[in-house]
Amino acid sequence: MEYALILISTILVNNFVLVKFLGLCPFMGVSRKVETATGMGLATTFVLTLSAVSSYLINEYLLTPLDLEYLRTMAFILVIAAVVQFTEMVVHKTSPLLYNVLGIFLPLITTNCAVLGVALLNVQEAHGFIESALYGFGAAVGFSIVLILFSAIRERIAAADVPVPFRGSAIAMITAGLMSLAFMGFSGLVRL
Amino acid sequence: MLHAILAIAGLALVFGLILGYSAQRFRVEGDPIADQIDALLPQTQCGQCTYPGCRPYAEAIAAGEADINRCPPGGEATVLALADLLGRDPKPLEAETREKAVAVIDEQTCIGCTLCIQACPVDAIVGAAKQMHTVIEEECTGCELCLEPCPVDCIFMVPLQQDIADWRWAQPEPSPVERPRRATGDVTGKRRESA
Repeated sequence: MEYALILISTILVNNFVLVKFLGLCPFMGVSRKVETATGMGLATTFVLTLSAVSSYLINEYLLTPLDLEYLRTMAFILVIAAVVQFTEMVVHKTSPLLYNVLGIFLPLITTNCAVLGVALLNVQEAHGFIESALYGFGAAVGFSIVLILFSAIRERIAAADVPVPFRGSAIAMITAGLMSLAFMGFSGLVRL
Repeated sequence: MLHAILAIAGLALVFGLILGYSAQRFRVEGDPIADQIDALLPQTQCGQCTYPGCRPYAEAIAAGEADINRCPPGGEATVLALADLLGRDPKPLEAETREKAVAVIDEQTCIGCTLCIQACPVDAIVGAAKQMHTVIEEECTGCELCLEPCPVDCIFMVPLQQDIADWRWAQPEPSPVERPRRATGDVTGKRRESA
């Protein structure tokens, strides 16, 4: 039950993009087409889950026993960079098309603050192993859902008759704001 | 202090080893010969080789599916360079049998729609919207890609007149004296009969 609550909380109620405002760069950058957004969502899901788990392990079995908590951020960034590199190699091997489509945004997952955010929040909230993994996975699913929804809306906006001053990024920002407003509506659903 | 340095260094070393192993494990085999062929092609993406662009043609050559003499914009120089790279015999251009021609725009009919400018792979057409266009003869490769998009059909292919710049000696005629062929059963058989 508690695990289900963690998932619902991270996917809907405390959505990382629309409620916590983390990971906005790929949210605006890779949301022009649904296919790219789906690919980016999958890559981020993989990276986030893996980095949440491995940063938990490193924090629990390396940093805490050695009293090195002050090196947490640096160690986590190291983990994330390695996981992203690994993901890039796997994607390049298994799906060259997706690799070309994602382009620069794949290595840029390293600097996606949602990834570091999940790792640090896991420590802050003293999550266990499975809780950390679920927290990372839920955050990634929430990120992917919002990214795909947003890209679908933007595809429609591209064809719509938008007033000239609002064209381009301006209307995208307004749309993101409205989506964020809508997701605030979930805040009464679960209390953790 | 020391154990902090050791911990981070050890962590970095472990990740380095994992990444190094996976770089070997997930190596992507590029086709270096296709890259080299692609570098020699003129990148006009005109499609006269019947492939959708220069890169697919390069891959087809590398795979041995296509001959090296199908690139009219590259001309003889490209065929020679490809023959040199691949160690094959240079061949005359396949399209050379067709007379070399350049596109000419009938400026009276041109409505200045710029469609042919967008189609031209070598930027050989100058002009602006609602101004008449014209073709720079030296730049035109004769790829005929501009004929299709023209809405008023005002572009024609005109064969190049030979002038002093591109005149060449005619190719020598095939020698009238046939070299004696090596014994093929048919010929020698007949000769024996007649002898």
